[in-house]
Amino acid sequence: MSDARLEVLVNGKRVEVEPGTTVAAALLNVRVPSFRTSVRGDPRAPVCGMGVCYECRATIDGVAHQRACLRVVEPGMRIDTGSGR
Amino acid sequence: MSARRTSNAIVVGAGIVGAACAEALSRDGWGVTVVDKQFASAGTTSVGMGHIVAMDDSPEQLALTELSIRLWRELAPELDARSELDRCGTLWLAEDAEQFGAVGEKQRVYAAAGIASEVLSGDDVARVEPNLRPGLAGALLVPGDSVVYPPGATLRLLELARARGAVLREGVEAIELIDRGVRCATDTLHADVVVNAAGAAAPSLTPELPIVPRKGHLAITDRYPKFCHHQLVELGYLASAHKMTTESVAFNVQPRSTGQVLIGSSRELVGWDASLNERLLGEMLDRAVELMPALRDLSIIRCWTGFRPATPDKLPLIGAWTPIDGLYVAAGHEGLGITTSLGTARLIADAVAGRASPIEAAPFSPMRVVSSAAEPGHA
Repeated sequence: MSDARLEVLVNGKRVEVEPGTTVAAALLNVRVPSFRTSVRGDPRAPVCGMGVCYECRATIDGVAHQRACLRVVEPGMRIDTGSGR
Repeated sequence: MSARRTSNAIVVGAGIVGAACAEALSRDGWGVTVVDKQFASAGTTSVGMGHIVAMDDSPEQLALTELSIRLWRELAPELDARSELDRCGTLWLAEDAEQFGAVGEKQRVYAAAGIASEVLSGDDVARVEPNLRPGLAGALLVPGDSVVYPPGATLRLLELARARGAVLREGVEAIELIDRGVRCATDTLHADVVVNAAGAAAPSLTPELPIVPRKGHLAITDRYPKFCHHQLVELGYLASAHKMTTESVAFNVQPRSTGQVLIGSSRELVGWDASLNERLLGEMLDRAVELMPALRDLSIIRCWTGFRPATPDKLPLIGAWTPIDGLYVAAGHEGLGITTSLGTARLIADAVAGRASPIEAAPFSPMRVVSSAAEPGHA
């Protein structure tokens, strides 16, 4: 484990995360209430953690529907969750 | 059987056309039984776009679509959330000056049929649909058009019919249409009126009907709310739909109320082969991206195919089939069955009641396929 933390923006808030962490893990570590919202408005969060269930989708650097479990955090990454898409 | 004298009707096929016929007939007091070999909305109804659109391919088609749009407007208060009715309107896109030159004439044809429309400049189009490629010549906006989710609307129509006593029998396959009855796999049903609303499968029961499956592809994206705001169709769509060529694609993009974007369209004559034609699907998506470059960045979550019940003269077959006592046909709507389901049901209900219809019914008579075959030179 490295001492160097890196900074990302989660829903506009600066958050320090471990390098090498997936976006999904980073979001769970900061306890976001919901990764996205279903068609019927229910909060959703990762189920499989391996890119199959698509439940962990978040908007990353402005691109919607990115599977958070398949992306590794990068310095300055903008991650937005809980939107209706 | 007994002295009971409620007039009974059997509708074969619980797609949107059959459901609409059941709704209209039950409203007139008929005791309706709907049979479907699978289940409600199992066929073409569940695989189409659900665009309720005024189409001016021919005066007859325009009259039927205009009547149907009026009936959808009347039905709207009865629809529920499942039907996903969205009054988004249609934008007919003109790519160049030549196409834009034809927009005025299209507007006059619509106006003569009582359909309002508005000519948009290229700048207007860019303003209302910023994800379209820049530099389009303009468009015709038809604000009265709308979108529904066809399986939802079908279930709702059946529900309205059932509230008036109609019975839906799913998993019951009609084997043969007989005088005032339907021979099914399990039993024979008798009624004063039988409606063949079996869609692309209608010729399996009435073999003379010249209906062929015209395959289409659709692709749907994940949710991108407000990506587009109208049903977007290229003016060249009519040419693609009208020509009975072996294959064609045309730009046809629809916003769903979920925020998804539904992308069409293709046409192919390949029998009942439902497999994805990846080359044609690719051409269809290339065409979509050509007019709407931002589509390239959306993720498609599903592609599928379906079969439009196409007729050679591009008009549906609606009315009495006189060789068999009590039999009516309501089939062959190609890509317009969602729109024209309600107008079709109106024509059928009027015909069985002996009433005049709001539009001329004769051009839709299924008997035209027999008389044209009898003409010399049309053998």
